[in-house]
Amino acid sequence: MMHRREWIYGWLFLSPALLFLFTFTHYPAVKTVFSSFFSTPRGRRPEEFIGLENYRTLIQDEVFWQVLMNNFWFAVGTIPASIGIALAMALWVNSRLKGRTLSRVAFFAPTVLPLIAVANIWMFFYTPGFGLIDQLRSGLFGLPAGNILGNPDSVLAAMIVVAIWKEAGFFMIFYLAALQSIPPVLREAADVEGASSFYYFRKILFPLLMPTTLFVSINAIINSFRLVDHIFVMTDGGPDNASSLLLFYIYEVAFKYWQTGYAATLTVVMLVLLSILAIGQFFLFDRKVHYQ
Amino acid sequence: MKLPMTLSTGLSTAALLLGMSSHALAVDLEFYFPVAVGGKAADTIQALTDEYLAANEGVNIDAVYAGSYGDTVTKALTASRGGKPPQLSVILSVDMFTLIDEDVIIPFDELVDSEEDQAWLDSFYPAFMANSQTGGKTYGIPFQRSTPVLYWNKEAFAEAGLDPETPPTSWEETIEMGKKLVQRDGNGNVTRWGVRIPSSGFPYWLFQGLTTQNGATLANAEGNQTNFDDPKVVEALEYLVELSTEHGVMAPGIVEWGATPKAFFEEQTAMMWTSTGNLTNVRENAPFDFGVGLLPGNESFGAPTGGGNFYIFRESSDEQKQAAFDFVQWITSPDQAAKWSIATGYVAPSPAAWETVDMQAYAADFPPALIARDQLEYAVAELSTYENQRVTGILNDALAAAITGSKAPAEALAEAQSKADAILKTYR
Repeated sequence: MMHRREWIYGWLFLSPALLFLFTFTHYPAVKTVFSSFFSTPRGRRPEEFIGLENYRTLIQDEVFWQVLMNNFWFAVGTIPASIGIALAMALWVNSRLKGRTLSRVAFFAPTVLPLIAVANIWMFFYTPGFGLIDQLRSGLFGLPAGNILGNPDSVLAAMIVVAIWKEAGFFMIFYLAALQSIPPVLREAADVEGASSFYYFRKILFPLLMPTTLFVSINAIINSFRLVDHIFVMTDGGPDNASSLLLFYIYEVAFKYWQTGYAATLTVVMLVLLSILAIGQFFLFDRKVHYQ
Repeated sequence: MKLPMTLSTGLSTAALLLGMSSHALAVDLEFYFPVAVGGKAADTIQALTDEYLAANEGVNIDAVYAGSYGDTVTKALTASRGGKPPQLSVILSVDMFTLIDEDVIIPFDELVDSEEDQAWLDSFYPAFMANSQTGGKTYGIPFQRSTPVLYWNKEAFAEAGLDPETPPTSWEETIEMGKKLVQRDGNGNVTRWGVRIPSSGFPYWLFQGLTTQNGATLANAEGNQTNFDDPKVVEALEYLVELSTEHGVMAPGIVEWGATPKAFFEEQTAMMWTSTGNLTNVRENAPFDFGVGLLPGNESFGAPTGGGNFYIFRESSDEQKQAAFDFVQWITSPDQAAKWSIATGYVAPSPAAWETVDMQAYAADFPPALIARDQLEYAVAELSTYENQRVTGILNDALAAAITGSKAPAEALAEAQSKADAILKTYR
């Protein structure tokens, strides 16, 4: 009798969260998979079952492959760099330096600012001629004006820089919290043993930070698919899709081209990719992560 | 849709029973409008709507600012799919085929029931109606319309030994004058370019100016056939690309729209092509004397039109449709159109609006405002097809590829044509 009661209570406590999760996460995800097998309904033509036709289109869609490649380079460019910088900044502001609070605030500031707003500022950094970067280039080195956002070879790199700038401060906070939970006796013991700072970092600090690194890297991977706000403001995916990422392309297909069926197919691809990455990461890292 | 309808009927019945209103059936309208260039547009729409409401009892119009043009069409279509569309919206003229394809709008002809109505329908500039009619029916009423024009810096012209009052009128002159206008610093780096034709985001719009000047048409009036690989179109793209590669009068690569007026003010460029929507901005911010002229021609002058039209949505009651029709008729009538045009810089859509006292005074005070009107004679419908965003997206990608040098103009346009064909063949 008692047991049954607890069972009911359990579900009752879970139900508010479950309701929201199902309405806004699980149901849409399942519906998306379902929609990917249907054509896009238009006013006079209802949707119809077309099997794998959308997936065939996807394989032949050059833009999709280009966007996927862009996303790959975006991930490669942003993930290690933002984690590395975050760790370096955390180590720095964790040490006893003057103006520590000020530098913590400074490093964290990009996280607080809305990406849309700062993208507008970054756009003026990149503007040819009178933008900040070109002013420095011509003022200091006498170089001609460049066109960073208007050139397919440099535009993605420019987007990566903005993303790293935005993310690193956020990850820094996690590292900082983790660093402060590490007992100082370890440092003292290492000092007594005569271990160098680098040795201490490599053998003690870094392994102890592994749970944080795992958490941060999963977030970084998700962000490498999710951070597209600045693309809307700065390039609109151009020139010739050189700065378009998967999520941005999905938005374009769904809400600009109104091909909702095909957009669902693209979303399924993204869901599968993210699941594989997240699961892989847990398995891969789990053995190396030491939880205190 | 069901609930509010019942509600409003219920309420008005109650009102009738209480004898509070002589207008038994108060009509509620929802009206979405976009703001593309900021500034006074939103205030002006609200003020005009309020003025209408004050003069017309029994009508309620809820004017909703719906974001950019892109946001507005997205919201209107999403609301329609959810079964609760607005009754009235200003949406890009080029989205007409998309809205027809989604079956969410009705032609204005359905609501025309008198000769006066018909006369009103015929009162607009044909250049604007080209984007508003298809299959013999009128689906959009021009309101928030613009066209690109040439702005030039008179001081830079004088400095380069050119007549400050004479802008280039042909492709060749653009190159000749452009070369004289280019300025370099001690290191040989360009500090001022001759001309600036923005190409970010939606390069097709100004490119359509070039193709029109070259005597080509980008798409047919039925919206189901494009001519991207027409040799004249290729020639126009070659000209655009060569402005930077061959002649060195324009900065290489994609040129940003947003930074263009600023580059003009900073004298980074002596001439720019941009929308008449910037007239007020340039008038207030240019630190030098400037001129406004027609886009230079080749075979002829030529420019696209742009901007938004009024549409009436299908999922509305007959009373709502009629009320929406009356409102559109009022707000596009000469006096209102003149107020709107003076406040925003959009081109007043009918010749009669230009005849009003206010408009005459405005034009006398600021003659560049007339250039946009004069250019309408040479203007064509902005590129618009079925699945418009997708098809123009394909053209945009091709133009960007050619401008950044990753593909030759002919090759890029041929590919774009075959992609567009694949999409449009179902509509033929």
